[in-house]
Amino acid sequence: MEQIPILQVGEFLLVSIQVDLHDRLVLRLQDDLTAQVVKKQAKGVLIDLSTVEIVDSFIGRMLGNMAALSQMLGAHAVVVGIRPAVAITIVELGLSLNNVHTALNVDKGIALLQTLVKQSSAEVRDEAYPL
Amino acid sequence: MKPTHFEILPLQSDEDLVQVRQKLRARMVELGFTLVEQTKMVTAASELGRNALLYGGGGTARLESVEDSNRLGLRMTIEDQGAGIADIEQAMTDGYTSGSGLGLGLGGSKRLVKDFELWSEPGLGTRVTIALWK
Ligand SMILES: Nc1ncnc2c1ncn2[C@@H]1O[C@H](COP(=O)(O)OP(=O)(O)OP(=O)(O)O)[C@@H](O)[C@H]1O
Ligand SMILES: [Mg+2]
Repeated sequence: MEQIPILQVGEFLLVSIQVDLHDRLVLRLQDDLTAQVVKKQAKGVLIDLSTVEIVDSFIGRMLGNMAALSQMLGAHAVVVGIRPAVAITIVELGLSLNNVHTALNVDKGIALLQTLVKQSSAEVRDEAYPL
Repeated sequence: MKPTHFEILPLQSDEDLVQVRQKLRARMVELGFTLVEQTKMVTAASELGRNALLYGGGGTARLESVEDSNRLGLRMTIEDQGAGIADIEQAMTDGYTSGSGLGLGLGGSKRLVKDFELWSEPGLGTRVTIALWK
């Protein structure tokens, strides 16, 4: 069965979407990704859209879901590589990716994930040892 | 305005919807539409095609090149024989969904492709036509 590969890069997971996404495939990715976050105890998830030609309301909703689910399971999520034409279309469609972190490319996405991980472990320390 | 070339594609599955997007994209590239135009129209077609699948029980997508006296265009008609839409104004409103969507498909498609026409009759089905001109 068709499947989108999920690669492990250190403590992060990288999803690089290389095919034209049909809806069932996106749903499957959501299931696979949440399972992998738990199994690998990932600290972050990077979803690379650099080869994705459209993001419609369904794919947009699934991106939001994947980010929220990852968050719930202890991993930060960052979407990277949105093409300019896709970004313009997302805005005009009325889709809000407000609850999703975004970065320009994979390198910047990894840097952002590292910052987010550092921040949240600092917050945990603050809570454990209040002044 | 006369159609110069047309093709009718089935819309019965997720895979069909991908085919419709790809065929539309290919025709738009041939006709020299910009990347942003391609992306907007393909995204609108994806929304309308998914609606036909989800709410109309499947249907067809008709893709045609059109020409009037001084310009060339591309038109897509997505049609189903499903339950139809009783309250079109409500359906067009951003955020309204009868399912579990975001309620952005219809309103968003109209913003993406201004040349947008919706016909629907409860019990008969729904037909949406979008067109982009060069
Ligand atoms: N082809 C159709 N046949 C019957 N009802 C339809 C059809 N297309 C749309 N509708 C109705 O109009 C509503 C709004 O459609 P719209 O595409 O804007 O939002 P959605 O499909 O509910 O969510 P989204 O598109 O954001 O995933 C639908 O929930 C549905 O009730
Ligand atoms: Mg819809």
